Parts: sequence; structure tokens; C-alpha cells
Amino acid sequence: MTRDVPAVGCSFPRFDARSKVSGAEKFAADAYAPDMLWAGAKRAGIAHGRILAVHTADAESVPGVFRVLIRRDVPGTNRQGIVHKDQPVLAGQKIRHCGEPVALVLAENREALKLALSRIRLDVEPLPGVFDPEAALKPGAPLIHAAGNTLLSAVIQNGDAAKAFPDCDVILEDCFEVPFQEHAFMETENGMAQQKPDGALVMTVSTQAPFRDRMEISHALGLEFSAIRIISPYLGGGFGGKDGATVQCLLALAAMNANGRPIKMWWDREESFVAGYKRHAARLYYKLGAAADGTLNSLECRLYYDTGAYAHLGGEVLELGMEHAGGPYRIPHVLIQGWSVYTNNPVGGAMRGFGVSQVAFAIEQMMNRLAEKLRMDPLALRLKNALGRGDRNSSGVTLVHSTGIISCLKSIKQHPLWLNQADWKARAGRFKRRGVGVCAVFNAMGYGRGLPDSAIAKVELTREGRIRVYGGVSDMGQGNTSAFVQIAGDMLCQEGNQLELILPDTDRTHPCGSSSASRTTYTYGNALIRACQQLKEKLIHRASLVLFLDEPVGLVLLPGRVRHLPSGREVSFSTLAAMLPDSDRMAIDQHVMTVASDGNLNASGFILGFPHAIFSYAAHLAGIEIDALTGGVSVLFYLAVTDAGRIISPQGVEQQVQGAVAQGLGYALCEDVQLRDGKILNPSFTDYIIPTALDVPEVASMTVETVESTGPFGMKGMGEVGMNGPLPVIAGAVQDAVGVWIRQSPVTADRILAALDVNKGVGRKP
Amino acid sequence: MSINCKINGKNTEIRGPADRRVVDVLREDLGLTGTKEGCGAGECGACTILVEGEPRLSCLMMAAQLQDQDITTIEGIGEPEALHPIQEAFVEQGAVQCGFCTPGMVLSAVHLLNCYPEADRSRIRRALSGHLCRCTGYVKIVDAVEAAARAMGKEIKP
Repeated sequence: MTRDVPAVGCSFPRFDARSKVSGAEKFAADAYAPDMLWAGAKRAGIAHGRILAVHTADAESVPGVFRVLIRRDVPGTNRQGIVHKDQPVLAGQKIRHCGEPVALVLAENREALKLALSRIRLDVEPLPGVFDPEAALKPGAPLIHAAGNTLLSAVIQNGDAAKAFPDCDVILEDCFEVPFQEHAFMETENGMAQQKPDGALVMTVSTQAPFRDRMEISHALGLEFSAIRIISPYLGGGFGGKDGATVQCLLALAAMNANGRPIKMWWDREESFVAGYKRHAARLYYKLGAAADGTLNSLECRLYYDTGAYAHLGGEVLELGMEHAGGPYRIPHVLIQGWSVYTNNPVGGAMRGFGVSQVAFAIEQMMNRLAEKLRMDPLALRLKNALGRGDRNSSGVTLVHSTGIISCLKSIKQHPLWLNQADWKARAGRFKRRGVGVCAVFNAMGYGRGLPDSAIAKVELTREGRIRVYGGVSDMGQGNTSAFVQIAGDMLCQEGNQLELILPDTDRTHPCGSSSASRTTYTYGNALIRACQQLKEKLIHRASLVLFLDEPVGLVLLPGRVRHLPSGREVSFSTLAAMLPDSDRMAIDQHVMTVASDGNLNASGFILGFPHAIFSYAAHLAGIEIDALTGGVSVLFYLAVTDAGRIISPQGVEQQVQGAVAQGLGYALCEDVQLRDGKILNPSFTDYIIPTALDVPEVASMTVETVESTGPFGMKGMGEVGMNGPLPVIAGAVQDAVGVWIRQSPVTADRILAALDVNKGVGRKP
Repeated sequence: MSINCKINGKNTEIRGPADRRVVDVLREDLGLTGTKEGCGAGECGACTILVEGEPRLSCLMMAAQLQDQDITTIEGIGEPEALHPIQEAFVEQGAVQCGFCTPGMVLSAVHLLNCYPEADRSRIRRALSGHLCRCTGYVKIVDAVEAAARAMGKEIKP
């Protein structure tokens, strides 16, 4: 760590970089212990069926097998789930998706584990499956859960869309489809656990929500809440896929049957594909009406999100999709209907962009179609309708917080890449077609109304006189903990090498909620500012006593010491620390995020997390080149302009933008969880292609000058918004290049070629 | 069986099955957990090590293949307080996010700059194209290798 005092607003080398770049940082996957057992789950392999028997005898007889557990060995409710407890730890009666765990093996080593898993036999009565959300809603569709296939259905209504359409000069209708997307973090789901002689369970897990994990395990396995300790080291990526139980309950169950021995579970890549959560597939019906000058007037949508076999956060994901379905635009009349539907597909869950990436594709393609229909500049059309502070968004929320989408769009309008696009396009070589796309996107921050978005920060003067931050919210790679250290260092004027960080540990840190929803730096940062302020006042006061000052004035914090400026006398932190009792060396404070207070929303069916008050915004611009012979798309330039409020670390923001854009380009161009009867056909990086260094262009990132007055130092969360831009921007650029409308993602060479062939046919419908 | 090799400059004897994966030998037997496993199938590059200076995927190698070989893992490149210039550049340029792909990236970059000290961005991108990163979008990783090439070039030719 450097000797500089970090300054908020300036890039500061990440606190975790040195240990990670040298391989010294210990991820959960790096936890091993002597005498350790390995745990693994037997996956059903079929999408829907009734379990008649699970035969474990052959597995139990494999040398090195410690135990084989099935449903009847699970104490407690056997049910897990963040909002809806609908997902069994081990299935006993019914199989609802291919990744369903039906048995748990504990073995001395991985070889025995693998062999034993292959020797578990299942007697299953297959049931007809349903793999499409609309089909699952039809009368007579196979029932996945007894209460029906609708997890959640909701409606947002503003104005009167049906009545408004006849007044529109132009009305467009369309339907869009997006597939499941894999998180594809590099560190697959894993953890290590051990039950102590007193019954306490200690787990080190790659998790985005250590505090919630305790509740999940406690509920599912009947363990005392207080007997569970979760330690969450840095994650090797998360993106939402480690929010909610992955290995937690299985591993806890294994540890409870391991005779006190440590036990490790680490899904391999294929298991991560088969059993891990996914971004929801969706089918989106849109009808958009506008005046001849481009002013949006009316929107109707029907959104079908495929949540797969279990709820996870499928209801909340749909809700956020609905909240963003109208884009960052003023639309006076809307009717947005949504259904989150159970199918026998893999389980849909949280993923960066959380329901928004899907609808961003749909509304932005509608905007592109509208621009073409009205022969308007697509950027001008967006600017004309873009939300400003004081406007109501399409879910009816009055925007009283920072709202920078107009600034983002204006930055693009003035950018040479936009201004010189005609020349740039004309320079395409033989058999190449160039196109430029633009989009406007947004993403809510925080949990939303109904679920307090809260964090509790603790900062300590250690006995050695250093400053230690206790951060209870996981860092899955986004760098929030580095921001915490930067904030504490700035506020307390301490050099980087005087700062320490405690990563989430339910025994040592306070509950801070999950690492999700673009909330970590905002919510924890606000709490930390208050805690640092408290500690600072305390240190100044205590130093004034040591210095026999009549009043605690004229004192400032300097690296490792407090100085009385008028006299130049100083007290070192180590002296202060030695004098103070432990309970006086720390400060603890909390923050709860503000929510939207509009009381007149016409929305029904929402349970948790609707609506939101604060959004980050972005406008993206991309230039692509299509090979007219192969249909292949190359992205030649990419510019993302983001409204993230004031910036705590410019480098940190660029990291998030570039990473989100890369993930979004994968979603746009190649990533597609291919399913047949609920079975994943491409559960590996051989067939599920994520972008490499040769596929991602030099993504340029700019920010606009806004201030979110409620945020720490004026910032707001921006980790997700960048994910929502690439698919619509690429789809728009494809139309610009070759004149075909993309309605189904990803935008593969096959699809472009097929569309080009159709367009060549005379009189055939595009 | 017993396999003798040199790991990070140290003569090392490995005991165990000859067909044990090298990534497991390193991580589980030798505690060298800086070598990561991301896919176990040679697709992601996280488990990259240098064998006689050449990048190799340790998830696809058997222990017996290490006999008489000189191996470098990330732990042999630098330590947190004494980093290699390439590692320093990763830190400075913000090329590290979750960090799980980082050790493999660094090792391939070491090999690249050994072979091509003046590698340009397109060569850097090609050299790193066997490494998947899900966090960074690669731009800052390319920045880091480019910056390291400049810094190391200056060291050699003042």
C-alpha cells in the first residue's frame, strides 16, 4: 500500500491489487485444511420428474466415501430462497430442473467423490416439462409448483395508454427475445465449512450476502442463527450469481455430518453452468405511440420473464425490469404488465443489470424504429424525450435526485465519433458495412421501497495506532472496499499503509446487506462517513485531554498523529490508542438509503423493492463493422458516458464501465445459454463464448458532472448501468449498417446473414 | 512416485501419483494457491504457469510432466512488497479487479515481454487472448502490459 494519503476524487491504487497480483490474496477457493473432506452434489440431469428412489448403496461402497446424504437426512425445513422459500436443499419428491441436487456425497478426496457421484442411481417418473414462460401460463400447462406457475405478476399504469394511442401519429409494435445469460465469474461457487465441538458452524464462502446466508442456513437446516459464522473473503467475481444460496446450505449440511472435520465444496465449471443462477430469459411485447415530432405519448408492454424452476429473486428482477421498461424517457401514458414465470429451465436470479438489461434492448430498439419511421436523428429523438430532474418517469416516480441522462446524451452529440460518423462509415472496405448505434439507459440504485437498504460501518483506531475499517459488505471485485479505505483515509488523513480493512465476517463486522444493486459504496460509504466523523471528533477530544487544552480546538488529524496547530504539539495515534479502553477506540454508525416517496403510484402486484428514487444514467455510442459475406460483427469503437454523480475514484469508475460494457458486449454478440428440454447444451467455455481480449474494443469512458446530494461525497452507484447499453447499441448499429432489425439476441453472424437473405427476397416480409 | 523439478528457483520433490494434475499439486500439496483454477478444461487461462519460461496450462498437465523442469508460478514473479514491474503496472493501471484471472495474465505477460519487449497493443491482446477475464473488459490489462513494456525498456536502455 502506498504512503500517500488517499484523496476522494482522485484515482488511488486499489487496496487489494498488490496481494491479488502477486497471488498472495486468499479467495474462498484457496481455503484448504489438513484432514479436509470434499463435498459434492448429485444433480438430477432431467428437467421435471417425480423421485421414486435414490439408490446410494453403490456410492457408499466406494473407498474413501465418508457419507452419502439424501432428503431424509436434512433437518429443518429443507427450503431456501431469498424472498420465497421454494427451493429445496436436497430434493426428495420432485425434480424441477436439471441442476436439482438429489444427494450429497462427502468423501476423502475428489477422486472418490467423483466416482461416488457417478454411482448414485435415481428412479424417476418423468413429468412433462414446460420451457417457455408464455406456454407455462396457459391453462393445462404442467405445474412446476403446486400454487401455479406464476411467481409474480404486476401492473404499472400511468395515464391511460389505451385511450392515448388513437391520438398518436405513429404507433409501432414489436416483440423481442433475450436468452439466459451466464455470470461466468472466474471463481466458481465454493466454500469451506467446519462444525466446531460446541455445534457452531464456521464457513468461508464466496458469497455476496454473508449476513443473509446465516438466515438461509438457519431456516433450511434448523441451526441456531447465532451458531453460524460466515466469512466472506474477496470474491473471484460475482455479478449477482453469488447473491443467494449456492453452496451454502449443501455445505453446511455436509459439515453437520462430517464429524467435526473441515469440508470443502467447489463446483466445477460445468456444475456452475448447470446449477448456478442465470440472467432471466425474457420475451417482451412492446407497443409505442408518439406524435409526428417524436414526442412519446403512449406505451404498452407485456413482459414475460422466465425465472426457471425457482424464485430466487425472480419477482424482484421482473419488478425492476418493469420499472425501467419505458427507458429514461417521459411517457405520459403507460400500461406495463409483467409476469415472472416458473418453467423447468435453469434458475433465473440476480445478475448485473437485474431485469433492466432485457427491457433496455426492447425500448431502445423501439426508439430506433421510431427514429427511422419519423426520419429523425436517433440521438435527437432521445434528447427530445429524455428525463430531467422534476419529471415523472414511466413508473410514476418524480425524479427529485440527480438525473444526468440529458448531459450524457449531449456529451455524445458533441463527440467527434458522433460528429464524424458519416466519414467513418464511408471508409468501410470491400464487403464491409459500417454502422453506428446510440442508446440511453439507466439503472436504479438500492433495494427500493419495502426493504430498507442499510449498512452499519465501524472504524477503529487499533492498539497499534492504525486505522481499521470493518466492511460488512462483500467485495466481489468491484472495488467497493478500496473505496471504503479511500474514504476513511481521506477523512482521517491517514496514509495508505496506515489503513487496514476487515472483510465481511458475521462475527467481526456489522450487517451491511448484500453486495448488489449498485448500492455498496453508496450505502456503506454514507455510514462510514458518519463513523469516521465520530472517530475524528473522538480522537481530537481525547488528544486535547492529553495535551491539557482547555478546549478541543485547533487540533487536526495528520498521518499517525493529532497535532495542535497553534502550539505545534502532537500526540501520536499509538499513544492515544494505548490510553483508551477498547470500547472507546472505535466508532459505529449507520445509514439507510432514501426511497421514493410518491404516494400516488398506480401500480399493483409489487411485493418488495419497488419503486426506486435514485438512478444512474448512461448514453453509449458504438461503431461496428459487419462482414457482408459472413455476417460477422466487429466492434471498432465504443464510448460510454455515465452519470454516476461525483466520482470517488476515476479509475474505479472506468473499471466498472469497461467491465460492464465487455459483459454487455458478450450479451449482445455471443452469449446464449442454449437449452433443449431444460438441459444446457453448452455448459463450458468451449461452447458458451465470453469475450476475450480480441473481442472487446478500446472502450472509452467519460462521466458527466452531476452531484447526488444524498450520496457519499456526491456519488451514486454505477456498477450496473454500463451492462444495459451494449445490446441496444449494437442492435441499433446493425440496423444502421445493413438495414435489418434485430429482435432476438445475441446478434450472431448467423442471425445477421439470415436477416440479410430475407431482405434480399422481393416481397418477403423482413 | 517421486518427481524432481525446480519450482520458483527451489529444487522440489513431488510425491504422489504421476497423473495428478499439476494445478492440484501446486495448490493442494505445495500451498501455491496463486495458481487459480477457473475451468479445469484449458479454456480460461487462470491456471497458467511458466514451464521452462513458456506459458502452460497447469490444469491440463500431469505431475510427471514436471520431471526435470524449471517451473515459475505467480509466487515466483514477485511478492506484495516487492513486485515485478509488470505486477507494478497492473496495480498502477487498475488492471486488477476481482483478481482471479490476474496471476495467469501476469505470467503470460512476463513471457510476452521476454519475447517481444516492445510489444504493441495488438500483440499484447493476441498474447492474452487465451485468458478470460470477466471483470475488466481487458482495456486496463492491455494498458498495464504496455506501460510495463515501456518501464522495463527504460530499465534496460537508459
